[in-house]
Amino acid sequence: MKKVFAIVLAAAMIAAMFAGCGSGSSADAGTIKVGMTGPLTGGAAVYGTAVEAGMKIAVEEINAAAGDSGLKIEFKSADDEHDGEKALNAYNTLKDWGMQFFAGCVTTAPCLSVAPQAVEDQVFMMTPSGSSEKIANTGSNIFQMCFTDPNQGANAALLVAEKEMATNIGIIYDSSDDYSKGLVDGFKTKGAELGLNIVCETSFTSDNKSDLSTQVTQCKDAGCDFVFLPFYATEAAQVLTYANKIGYEPTFFGCDGMDGVLTIDGFDTALAEGLVLMTPFNPDAEETQDFVSKYKDMMDGVVPNQFAADGYDVIYSIYNACVATGIDGTTSAADACAKLEEYFATYTFDGLTGSGMTWDAAGMISKVPAAVIIENGKYVAF
Amino acid sequence: MKKLWNNKTTRTNLTTYLVVTVAFVVMQLMSSFGQLGSAMKGYLIPVCAYIVMAVSLNLLVGVCGELSLGHAGFMGIGAFTGIVIAALLQDAIPNDTLLLVVAMFAGGIMAGIFGFLIGIPALRLRGDYLAIVTLAFGEILKNIFSNLYVGLDSEGLHMAVSTGKVQLLEGGRMILDGPVGATGITKLSTFPMGFVLILFTLFVVLNLINSKEGRAIKAVRDNRIATESVGINVTAFRMKAFVVSAFLAGMAGTLFGLNFSSLQASKFNFNASINVLVFVVLGGMGNILGSVISTAVLYILPEAMRGLDDLRMILYAVVLIIVMLFTWSPSVKNAVQSVTASVQEKLRKNKKEAVNNE
Amino acid sequence: MQIIQYLINGISIGSVYAIIALGYTMVYGIAKMLNFAHGDVIMVGAYISFCVTNYLGLPAIVSIIAAMAVCTVLGIIIEKLAYKPLRGTSSLAVLITAIGVSYFLQNAAQLIWGTAPKNFTSIVTFKPFSFADGALVITGEVIITIAASVLIMVGLTLFTGKTRMGKAMRAVSEDRDAAQLMGINVNQTISMTFAIGSALAAIAGVLLCSTVPTLQPTTGSMPGIRAFTAAVIGGIGSIPGAMLGGILLGIIETFSKKYISTEFSDAIVFAVLILILLVKPTGLLGKQVQEKV
Repeated sequence: MKKVFAIVLAAAMIAAMFAGCGSGSSADAGTIKVGMTGPLTGGAAVYGTAVEAGMKIAVEEINAAAGDSGLKIEFKSADDEHDGEKALNAYNTLKDWGMQFFAGCVTTAPCLSVAPQAVEDQVFMMTPSGSSEKIANTGSNIFQMCFTDPNQGANAALLVAEKEMATNIGIIYDSSDDYSKGLVDGFKTKGAELGLNIVCETSFTSDNKSDLSTQVTQCKDAGCDFVFLPFYATEAAQVLTYANKIGYEPTFFGCDGMDGVLTIDGFDTALAEGLVLMTPFNPDAEETQDFVSKYKDMMDGVVPNQFAADGYDVIYSIYNACVATGIDGTTSAADACAKLEEYFATYTFDGLTGSGMTWDAAGMISKVPAAVIIENGKYVAF
Repeated sequence: MKKLWNNKTTRTNLTTYLVVTVAFVVMQLMSSFGQLGSAMKGYLIPVCAYIVMAVSLNLLVGVCGELSLGHAGFMGIGAFTGIVIAALLQDAIPNDTLLLVVAMFAGGIMAGIFGFLIGIPALRLRGDYLAIVTLAFGEILKNIFSNLYVGLDSEGLHMAVSTGKVQLLEGGRMILDGPVGATGITKLSTFPMGFVLILFTLFVVLNLINSKEGRAIKAVRDNRIATESVGINVTAFRMKAFVVSAFLAGMAGTLFGLNFSSLQASKFNFNASINVLVFVVLGGMGNILGSVISTAVLYILPEAMRGLDDLRMILYAVVLIIVMLFTWSPSVKNAVQSVTASVQEKLRKNKKEAVNNE
Repeated sequence: MQIIQYLINGISIGSVYAIIALGYTMVYGIAKMLNFAHGDVIMVGAYISFCVTNYLGLPAIVSIIAAMAVCTVLGIIIEKLAYKPLRGTSSLAVLITAIGVSYFLQNAAQLIWGTAPKNFTSIVTFKPFSFADGALVITGEVIITIAASVLIMVGLTLFTGKTRMGKAMRAVSEDRDAAQLMGINVNQTISMTFAIGSALAAIAGVLLCSTVPTLQPTTGSMPGIRAFTAAVIGGIGSIPGAMLGGILLGIIETFSKKYISTEFSDAIVFAVLILILLVKPTGLLGKQVQEKV
C-alpha cells in the first residue's frame, strides 16, 4: 500500500516535470501563435502527420520570407489520437500556451468536440480536413478548407451523370465513418435526382475493414460496371488489389480521401490505372512541385496528399488574412477572431488546393471541384 | 470518535473520503483564484467520471475477483441514455443540476438493467471466459450504438437502427446520428456534481464492501467452493456486485457524456475498458483510495507528457510496464529492497564514522 | 456457386485467424496468460517481411525466415523483460503489462516505419484459379493460407505429442509445480513457448498481409482480438480448437456480412461467441476442468 503510494507520487513528479517543459512563452508582437491538433499516433496517424507536415512547411516558408519587419508564426501541434475527449484536452493545452488561431482538427469527430468550445472561447478555427457539415454550422467562427461531405458526394454524382460513366452502380462504404456516410448520402440524394441506377450498396465498419473481399464480390455478383468508393486510400488499395485478383474490372471512382493511393509504399500502381477520383490537389501539376519536393525532404520521400496541401493552405490563408487585417502577436484571440470572421466574408484565397476560393457565411468553402483520372501512374485532369 | 478511528476499516474509509474532499476543495479554490489553466480545468470532469468508473470496476475486479473487459460498454449505455433523457426533459426540468441528476439516475438504471441482462448468461462463466464474454458484450453494445439513430421532434422520440429511417418533422433534431454520434449536446456536467457523484460512489461501494454482503462477496472471491458449501448463494452475490458496478458505470457515463458537445460510440471501445482496468490494477486490487489516486495520476500523465512530442506514447508505454514491474514483481521488489537496504546501511555507516570522527 | 465463393472467402480469412489463434492458444495453455501483445508481434513480422522484400529485394521465402527470426528473438526478449518477473503473481498484472508491451510495439513501429500505410506485396505469385467462367475464383493466397494453417496445426500437434520439449510443455500446462518437481525447467519451457508462438505470429503476419495488403502500426490489433475470440470459441488451450474456432469465425463473419448485415457483422460474431460459451462454457474443444476442493 505504501509502496503503491510512493510510486504513484513518483509518477506524479515525473508528470509535473514534463508539464514544465511545455509551458507557454510571453506574447511577442512580431509572432502570431497558431496551434493544431490531429491524430499523430494511432490508426488515423497518417492523416494527422500529413497535415502537420504541410503546416510546418508553410510556417517555415513564411518565417524565412518574413525578414526583420514582417510577421512570423510560432506553430505548435498536439496529438488528439482521433478522439473527441483527447482533442479537447489538446486544444486546452494549446490555449494555455497562448494560441491565437486554431488550425485543426484533422478528423471530423475531434472537430465536432472542439468546435463548440472554440465558439465559446471565440477562437478562430479553420479545419483543414474535417468535412462534416456540422462542423462549420457550429458557429460563425468555424471555417473549413475542404468540401463538406454531402456537397462532394453530390458533385461526384453530377460528374458521373454528366460524363455518362455508369449503367449499374455499386457502392461500398464505411458505415462507421461519418465522412464515408456523408459522401454516400450526398451521392444517393443527387443520384436519385439525376436518375443514376444504383444496384448494389454494401458497407464495412472500422472494426472489420481488414477483409473487404465479401463486399467486392457482392458488387461483382450484382453486375456493377461502376463502383463508388467513398473512403480512404488504404482501404481503396485493398479493394483494387482484391478486384484484380478475382479479375473484376469496373470503373472505380473515389473522393478526396482516396488521394495518396498511388504513393502507398509497396502498392502496384498499375492496379489503379483508370481510377477516377475527385481531389483538389495534384502532386504531378507544375505549380505544386516546390511544395512536393519540400514535403518529400521532410517526410523521407513520401509524396504529399491533399491532407498535407490542405494544411499548407490553412496556414497561408490565416497568415495572409492576419497581414491584411493588421493582426499581430499581441492581438487577443477573441479580437483576432472577430476581425478574421469579418475579413473571411469577402476573402478570396489562392492556394495549392484551388484558386479563387471563397467562404460562405457558415464558413463552408466554395471552390471548383476537380477530378483526375489515373493514367500511366500519374494524375491527369478528367 | 477515537474508538471509531481505531477501527482499521473505518479509518481507511474516512481517509478515502478525506483525501477526495481535500482534493476537491483545493481544486475548487485554485479554480476560483484563477490558478488553474484551461487544460487542467478540462481534466476535472473526465477525471471524476473515470474515478467512478475505476472504483466501480474495482468492486468487480478487486473485491469480487471477476475480470471484466467490457466496462466501457456500461459507460456508453449511461452516456447515451443520459444524453437522450437530458434532451427529452430539457423543457420539463428547467434546473440544470436537477436535470443532470435525473439524467444520471436514468443512465445508471439503464446500465444496471443491461448489467442484469448481461449478467444472467455471463455470470455462469468464470475467470478468463467471463472476461471474454464481457469483452464481447462491450463490442456488441458499441456496434449497436454506432448504428443507432434517435431523433426528437414535436411528436416525441423516434428511433431506428438504420440510416434514413428516422424522418423528423419541421423543427426536429437528431440526438444520436449513427456513426456521427451525438452532437449539439447541452453541457450539463459540473465539477461539484462530479465530486458529489464520487462521494456517492464511495458511499455505495465502501458500504457494500463492509456489509454482510460484502463479506460474502469477498468470501466468494477467496474460495468460491468453500463459500458455496456453507450455504451462501454465490450467484446472487456476484450478480448484485455486477449490477451495482454497471449502475455506477452508467452514472459515470452520463457525467462524462454530458461534459462534451459531441460523443461517438467508438469512444467506448475495448481500449477504453482496458484503460479503466489499468487504473484499477495500478491502484491496487480492492484498494479504493488507490483507484482514485491512480486514475487521477494516470489520466493526467499522458497529457502532461505532451512536451515530448513523438516520444510521448512510447514513453507512456514504458512507464506503464516499469510501474507494473515495480509494484507487482517479487524479484524486482526484492532487488529494490536489497538496494535500499545497502544504501541505508552505507548511510548509517557514514553517520557513525562522522560521529566517531568528531 | 455464389455461396461457395463466400464460403471460400470465409475459410481463407478464417485460416489467418486460425494461425494467430494457434499462437494465442499455445501461450495461454502453457503460460496461463492472455498475451494481448500477440497481435502486435504479427504486425512486426509483417513489417520485417515487407522491408526484406521491398528494400533489400530478396525473395519472399528469405523474408519469411527473417521475419520469423526477428519475431522469435522479440518474443523471447518480451517474455524475459516484461512477463517473467511477474510470473507467479496475479494474472491481471501480466495482462496489464502485455497491454503496455502492445502500446510500446505499436508506437515503436510508428517511429521506425512512419504512419503512412504500406501496401504489402503478396508472397504468392501464381495466378488465381477460375471456375465456371469466373463465377468462382480461388486465389493463390487462399490455397497457401489454408495449407499453411493445416500444416502448422498438424506440426504443433505432433510437436506437443511426440517430442521431449512438447511433452514438457504439456506437463507445465497441466501442473507447473509438479512439472518442476519432475525436473522440467519451467522457465526454459515457457521461453520456448513464446519463441514458437512468436515465430507463428511472423508467419501469420505475412499471410494476413498477403490476403489483406494494408500494413500499418495498428494492423495487428483488430485481427489479434478476433483471433483471441476464435481461440476462445474453439476452447482456449486446445490446438485443434484454435483451428476450428478460427475457420468458424471467418465463415460466420463472411456469411453475416453477406446474408444478414454488414453494419452488424461485428455484433453477430460476438453474439455467436457468447452463445457457444453458454452451451459449452470452455469452448467447443476445450477441456472441462473439474475444480478440486
